[in-house]
Amino acid sequence: MAVPEFLSTAELLKQGAEARVYRAQFLGKPAIVKERFPKRYRHSVLDEKLTHRRTVQEVRSILRCRKAGIPAPVVYFVDYTSNCIFMEEILRSTTVRDHIVGAQQSDAGNDVELRLLAQRVGQTLAKMHDEDVIHGDLTTSNMLLRRGPQDKESELVLIDFGLSYISALPEDKGVDLYVLEKAFLSTHPNTELVFEELLKSYAASSKRSPAVIKKLEEVRLRGRKRSMVG
Amino acid sequence: MTVVIGFEGSANKIGVGIIRDGEVLSNPRRTYITPPGQGFLPSDTARHHRAVVLTVLKEALDQAGLQPADIDCVAYTKPGMGAPLVTVALVARTVAQLWGKPLLGVNHCIGHIEMGRLITRANNPTVLYVSGGNTQVIAYSERRYRIFGETIDIAVGNCLDRFARVLKQISNDPSPGYNIEQMAKGSQYVELPYTVKGMDVSFSGILSYIEEAAHRLLTSDQCTAEDLCFSLQWQETLFSMLVEITERAMAHCGSQEVLIVGGVGNLRLQEMMAVMCEERGAKLFATDEFCIDNGAMIAQAGWEMFRSGQVTELEDSWVTQYRTDEVEVTWRP
Repeated sequence: MAVPEFLSTAELLKQGAEARVYRAQFLGKPAIVKERFPKRYRHSVLDEKLTHRRTVQEVRSILRCRKAGIPAPVVYFVDYTSNCIFMEEILRSTTVRDHIVGAQQSDAGNDVELRLLAQRVGQTLAKMHDEDVIHGDLTTSNMLLRRGPQDKESELVLIDFGLSYISALPEDKGVDLYVLEKAFLSTHPNTELVFEELLKSYAASSKRSPAVIKKLEEVRLRGRKRSMVG
Repeated sequence: MTVVIGFEGSANKIGVGIIRDGEVLSNPRRTYITPPGQGFLPSDTARHHRAVVLTVLKEALDQAGLQPADIDCVAYTKPGMGAPLVTVALVARTVAQLWGKPLLGVNHCIGHIEMGRLITRANNPTVLYVSGGNTQVIAYSERRYRIFGETIDIAVGNCLDRFARVLKQISNDPSPGYNIEQMAKGSQYVELPYTVKGMDVSFSGILSYIEEAAHRLLTSDQCTAEDLCFSLQWQETLFSMLVEITERAMAHCGSQEVLIVGGVGNLRLQEMMAVMCEERGAKLFATDEFCIDNGAMIAQAGWEMFRSGQVTELEDSWVTQYRTDEVEVTWRP
């Protein structure tokens, strides 16, 4: 069965910024299908190039992370004609975003819990950067918490590698963290201390972190971000 | 009834606008135009503003048919380019004291947003703010206009302006961006770098690339100036990047409304944004003439702030650089 035909019977979960996400069964396994459909607002040549490149990058980075033991969805199948990636559905999971929002709403003891979560995110990102994977779109929506069976601590799973690439440059890693910092603080008001904890644990988890943190500080000051001319 | 007069002059436009409870009574403006191939320097821009500001002020009062006594509050813009800002703030301070009216410093970006909300009646949109100095994707939450995405180096308008200087034949009247849009009738797509980082963008690499490539491609007849304008702005690179980060912010925030504000918000950008909105069942709001810096937008944000009890004391009326998300929004739930 051709992929578009297959998708017409699948359940559309949501339309993200660059893809439609479906839930389906793939050879008997619960699967998520990410379909990068053509974006009509941009020139077709540019669109095809971006779409193909991002599909390739996403799969490559997922594989690289998984080889290094960083949790990411298993890739089952890729169709480059329709730009579809079939991957493992992360069952029993919530986004880190929803988790933080929930923790902020309930008051009891969440501070400690959020800091532990921040530490875990910091460690995972340090490990990812040590593999020279630049995620490119780090937000709390792109991290899932998978609950373990019973009481086992939940596991952090990284998703959405569409803007990712491979680079060893501290500059690229610094920008990656900067993008997260802005998304994090704008999405979750009053979490400056939590994010600080995240960076601290990032710094402590990687030998190569001093250069990255230095770049992050540079990027924060760069350009016209501090002023508002015009 | 609350009547607010707003002074804008943070870049190369000087404008004075009067707003009475959501109605624009007057909004005259002058633009400092430089010769092709040149940008506007702060000191020259300030000199231009100084020369015309009183004429524009008189026009604003005359067109509105108001006397100084009818005004309730004097609002002025900040932040922006130092020298022109100081000029405008000085005039605002002076008339506020002469007329015995309260003074109010208004964040320039929030002026754009509030004017956009007034004109379009958009309730709670994701805002794309694009101008010569700014490129930001903004959404409101918990008493702040929060910046979700922005340029990590130069602004999109700055990139277009500097590209116009590379080609040299592009006029600055009314703006380089407008004339690039008119020239963008090429058809050949020239591949340029495309840099989206999450909800952020970067334009400096594209500018370096095109500065270097333009000369080479044009002298060897591999493409025309029209092709470059087309590739840089139309459909292609810059605007695609802007639409993409807006869509990313919408998906992230679960928003179904977009508002484009700022001087780069031209028809082509609106057209592309409309296609994106249609694809995700969202609604686009755009402001056309009020996109460009003007006095009424400062008056409108001033009107909201004044009604919620804000004023700026004379000794606090200095101008400084500060970010959109530093302002506490006291007039929205």
